[in-house]
Amino acid sequence: MFSSCADPKAIEGLTWLLCYLTSGKHLDFYASFGTVLALLAITAPTALAFGFFGAMAARSPMLPLRLLGQGYTGMVRGIPDIVFFLFFVIALDQGIEWMVHQVRCPDWTEPVRQGLEFRVCPEAKVPSSNAAQTWHSLYGFGLAVFTFALVFGAFAANVLTGAMAAVPRAQLETAESYGMTPRQVFRRIMVPQMWVYALPGLSNLWMILIKATPLLFLLGVKDIVYWARELGGSKTQAYEYPHPDWRLYYFLFLLCFYLLMTWGSERVLGRVSQRLSLGQATAAGEAQRKAAA
Amino acid sequence: MTCWETVTGYAFRSLGYGEKLLPRSDFTLCQQFTLIGSGLIWNIYFGLLALLCGFFFANALAMAKASRHAALRKPAEWFIFVFRGSPLFIQFFLAYEALVMLPRAGIDVFGITVETAWLTRAWAGALIVLFLNTAAYSAEIFYGALRAIPKGDLEAADAYGLTGWNKFIRVQWPTMLRLAWPGYTNEAIFLFHATTLVFFSGFPAFQQRGDALYYANYFADKTFNPFIPYPIVAFYFICLTLLVIWLFGVVNTRLNRHLPANTRARIRLRPQIIR
Repeated sequence: MFSSCADPKAIEGLTWLLCYLTSGKHLDFYASFGTVLALLAITAPTALAFGFFGAMAARSPMLPLRLLGQGYTGMVRGIPDIVFFLFFVIALDQGIEWMVHQVRCPDWTEPVRQGLEFRVCPEAKVPSSNAAQTWHSLYGFGLAVFTFALVFGAFAANVLTGAMAAVPRAQLETAESYGMTPRQVFRRIMVPQMWVYALPGLSNLWMILIKATPLLFLLGVKDIVYWARELGGSKTQAYEYPHPDWRLYYFLFLLCFYLLMTWGSERVLGRVSQRLSLGQATAAGEAQRKAAA
Repeated sequence: MTCWETVTGYAFRSLGYGEKLLPRSDFTLCQQFTLIGSGLIWNIYFGLLALLCGFFFANALAMAKASRHAALRKPAEWFIFVFRGSPLFIQFFLAYEALVMLPRAGIDVFGITVETAWLTRAWAGALIVLFLNTAAYSAEIFYGALRAIPKGDLEAADAYGLTGWNKFIRVQWPTMLRLAWPGYTNEAIFLFHATTLVFFSGFPAFQQRGDALYYANYFADKTFNPFIPYPIVAFYFICLTLLVIWLFGVVNTRLNRHLPANTRARIRLRPQIIR
């Protein structure tokens, strides 16, 4: 990056460190923090949407829909999330390829599953085998995001079902007595009021989501854990910047990053909780009213 | 090979007994069920021991965090913050890297050589991390319960002239446990789920002795078919979760036996306190 870094073997001390920390691979490492933040930014709203529909389904008067919703919300309780992560990424990949295969190669006669292999016609490969590397990474990232959203959507559905049930019945009865239809009651009364009850659960969920992001590494995405392992491993003299095994320091850095993230989130969410409690018929809202009076 | 032969050959494979080689081709359903079930032994081992030891440490931590003395309170707060604020995955990596750095030959303490090599093995190293992790999470639950003890209960204890240790062991501690129990049940369930991370993070599986997910992943890699091994893991874990809920439910009934039936705290999912 800097001109003084042209010959890394000749420099030492602080200059060496500066050159080392700005080498091409390290810039990739810093960029991978963006990957993690992008995952959080995309997954959180998607999971919330999944959770919202899951909660609606779980409360539906129609039996099949209700069973589906309850099954969806219940699955995360019994099964470790990492099983879903490992399962869905392969299953989705194969499912997509199989569907493309059905569309593009209708007269392909060989079975798709041959013993230990999953083989679709070459045109059905997603992304196609001559696509740029970027597309392959993007596709992998997309699969990971979808899987995260699906699993955390189930957690969110749990929280939102509880929150919907927590809205005081009297509020809904009042709305009904004004002649609102069930749909209107849901949209105008229940949804605006449920957030304050959902917030503690959703805050916790956000924390879990932050703490789940290193699992991206298991899904084959080049995230911060991947780079920390890659860069921290001991480098022999054959490398530009030889050093002993520094993985411990890299992981300590990641630990600090995560502690900072959770600490910051906790403070922000505390503020949001204060704001949402304003004027609500809860203990926190009551405390605010008394403090002001 | 009949199914019974598979079971006798692989049932304790995860502990190193029975067949040396894992099946390499012609995978049968029986093999997958047996090996994944064999791996489950490790999950139960990690979960059970971490929970058992963690329970006592968590109580101490919760007391320390509720203490008036900063010298006790601050370390407990920091410990809980570090372990609750960072991913378990990173903690495993960090612990492994740190434990590997210990001198191979052991450490000399006053002429006695203390062996350190066993610490880098999963059965010890990962157990320590899980123990500290669950202690931090449970401590936060217990601390919350400690602060939620009804004022009336403490006043009643004062009225009876209970002080110090007597008041603590007869009134505060049982009430705290009773209030914390539903949350603690959740923690136990999610701790068992967390044990699946052990062989995916840092700690290598020695001679292919891994946990349930390790073998499931092995089968999925070999057959390129995720639709059989992962549902088997899911099945085992649902059974394990139901067992945990039942066992903790028994304790919950015991903790609440003095209360009128309609005010008993039922065990249910409280998403606020998922890990």
